[in-house]
Order: sequence, then structure tokens, then C-alpha cells
Amino acid sequence: MSHDHLELAEKYQKELVAAGLLIQTDVAGVYGRSGVFEQVLEAFDHFVSKQGQAYAPEVMRFSPVLARANYLKTTHIESFPDLIGSIHSFYGKEKEHLEMLRKVQELEAWTDDLGPTELMMTPAICYPLYPTAKNTILKEDGRLVDLMGFAFRHEPSVDPARMQTFRMHEFVRMGTAEQALGHRDFWLKKGEEIYQSLGINAKPALANDPFFGRGGRAMVVSQREQELKYELVVPIASEEKPTAIASSNYHLDHFSQPFNIKLQNGETAHTACFGFGLERSTLAMFKTFGFDVKTWPTETKKLLEI
Amino acid sequence: MVVEKVREILEKTGRLSTPVADLQNDSDLYNAGLTSLATVGLMLALEDEFDIEIPDNLLGRKTFASIQSILDVVAQLKK
Repeated sequence: MSHDHLELAEKYQKELVAAGLLIQTDVAGVYGRSGVFEQVLEAFDHFVSKQGQAYAPEVMRFSPVLARANYLKTTHIESFPDLIGSIHSFYGKEKEHLEMLRKVQELEAWTDDLGPTELMMTPAICYPLYPTAKNTILKEDGRLVDLMGFAFRHEPSVDPARMQTFRMHEFVRMGTAEQALGHRDFWLKKGEEIYQSLGINAKPALANDPFFGRGGRAMVVSQREQELKYELVVPIASEEKPTAIASSNYHLDHFSQPFNIKLQNGETAHTACFGFGLERSTLAMFKTFGFDVKTWPTETKKLLEI
Repeated sequence: MVVEKVREILEKTGRLSTPVADLQNDSDLYNAGLTSLATVGLMLALEDEFDIEIPDNLLGRKTFASIQSILDVVAQLKK
């Protein structure tokens, strides 16, 4: 991210905090949200849910955590080690506890005394879904799932649109390659229409994930070459670097292979997801229409029922 | 021989479902089980072994499609 973008992002973050919409904490990229912010976010989330209801998805909600063993079946640790959130706790007895407290007092490395729990923070909200479908054979029309929840990514930033914990509303398709791709294309268009109807000028753009390190360049090229990721982007902090407020990913058999999700014909299923970034969509509306919801366009307020 | 080195690196890093010894130089490596993730390790090993840096415009799937295409890129960058 360019220096200019970060400066503009920090300026906008300060404006949001000054307006009371975001509540600053002591950690970059972690905020409280005001009642007004939350009202808009929930209204948008509800609006998105309603749009999905026509397709009768299975609705599921998971906690923002994932079994460590299942996490390790994905390739997240290979592609995004710098974004990991691993949950640790204390397993010692009294003696070890006293030693840990001593370390805390003396400002020593007390976290060395913690051990990993069975849990990882989920990096995207569809990760907890796939293990629940493991070793299953999908029906002919596959499965469509509606998910909403928090994700965690360790990427501290002053950009208010880059939070470490944030909510997504996702529609996930498991099925044939055609069904997965069809889902991706359908929701990319539908998502754009949803934003346009609200007055948000979001446009699709080919995208890539921030794969780690020098080797990650090969992943970026491969992902873009295969057109696996598209985003809907709109300016939030700066016009030059628009922010992705929704994204679609065609995973091929990336998740269905490790969790053994099959088609009727015995082949491995494919999956795709479309996710609305709820905080980012909310920020996009505050950016586009201003901080005072009362002055927002009548049509937008009517659609959101606010 | 460069080709032997490339085959050795492929065996170590490619995580292929087909043994490298069973592959022709023009066999499709993706059909042999090469994933985009495995190309990361393959790419880094090739760069180290031949002291080259593969530029972004040569990091596409075409470069890693066969042993021959890898040889071509290595030869081009070694020049």
C-alpha cells in the first residue's frame, strides 16, 4: 500500500473516530462500533440475507474459531502464515503458574509458558463449514449455504477498512465445477446490483490474495491467470486505491479435496463463495452518503429499512 | 546436466502423484499432480539452484507446465 493511501486512510480513520462511529482501542485495526454504525451494518446484513432467501440456502452460523486439526488440512499456513491467529492457553500446575506470574512481573516472555489449544481463529467464515461436510456425497443440485460471522486476520493497519476482526456475510456453493463457477458469476453480478441499488458504485475487478513471501508471487500469478478471485471495489480511503467491499472466490477442489466432499459420480466436488464484507460495506455507505444517516438518500434508507 | 537437476528438484518439491522418472520432458506436470502451491517450492528451489530470479511475467502456469518449459525458462534466464 502506498504512503499516500495510508495517510489518507489514517485521516479517514480519525474522522470516523471523531464522529463516534468507530471506537478506538489500543490495538491497530481493532475497533468498537457505535450504535449507529451497528444499526447500518445490521440493516445491510439483513438486506443481503433477504436477497439470498429466494435461493433457499441452508442458514448456518459458526463461532469465529476452527479446529486446529481442520485448519491444518487447508493450505492457509503455507499461503498466509503472517495472518494466522492461533489460540493458546495455560496448561501448567500451581508451580508453573507462579513462574509465569513472575515472568509477567519481570516483563519476561511469559507467553512461552502457554500451549496451543485445539482452536485457531478462522481466517474466513467459510472455513468452519467444510469440515462439517467431510466425507459426504452431495446431492445432484449440490448445497448452498448462508453464513455470517467474524473472521480474524493478523494485519494491524491504520486503514479503517483493514480491521483485524470483521464480519462477513457469505453465500457458499458446493457442487460441480459448473455449479461453483455459476454461483461465482451469479453472485458477482447480483452483488454489484445490490450495491448499485443502494447507491454504492461498486465495480468488479480481478483480484488476488496477499500470498506470503517471495514464493507467493507464483501463487498470485496463478490465481490471476485462472481468474479465481474477483472483488467488488469502491473508493473508501482514497480514489486511487479503491477498497474491496465484497469478494468472490472459486476454490476449485481446494477445500473439498482435503475434506473429501464428493459428487454423485465419485468425483471431488468444487466450491465457490461470495462474501460481503460487512464493516467495509458499512464504511462505503458512510463514505458515499456522509456520517449523518438522516441525510442519506430516501431510496437507500427505504431499502435498508432504517 | 540441467535436465537431471530439474528432474531432481521436481522430485523433491513437486509433490506429484506420478513419479518424475515416469514423465517425459513434454509430459503435462499439472496432469501429473502439480498444484499452484507446489510451484512455489519448485520456483524457489529452481532460483536457488540456478542462481536466477524468475520475473513475474514468467511465473505463469505455462512456465511450470512441463520439464521442457522449465528448461526453456532456466536456459533463457541463465543467458
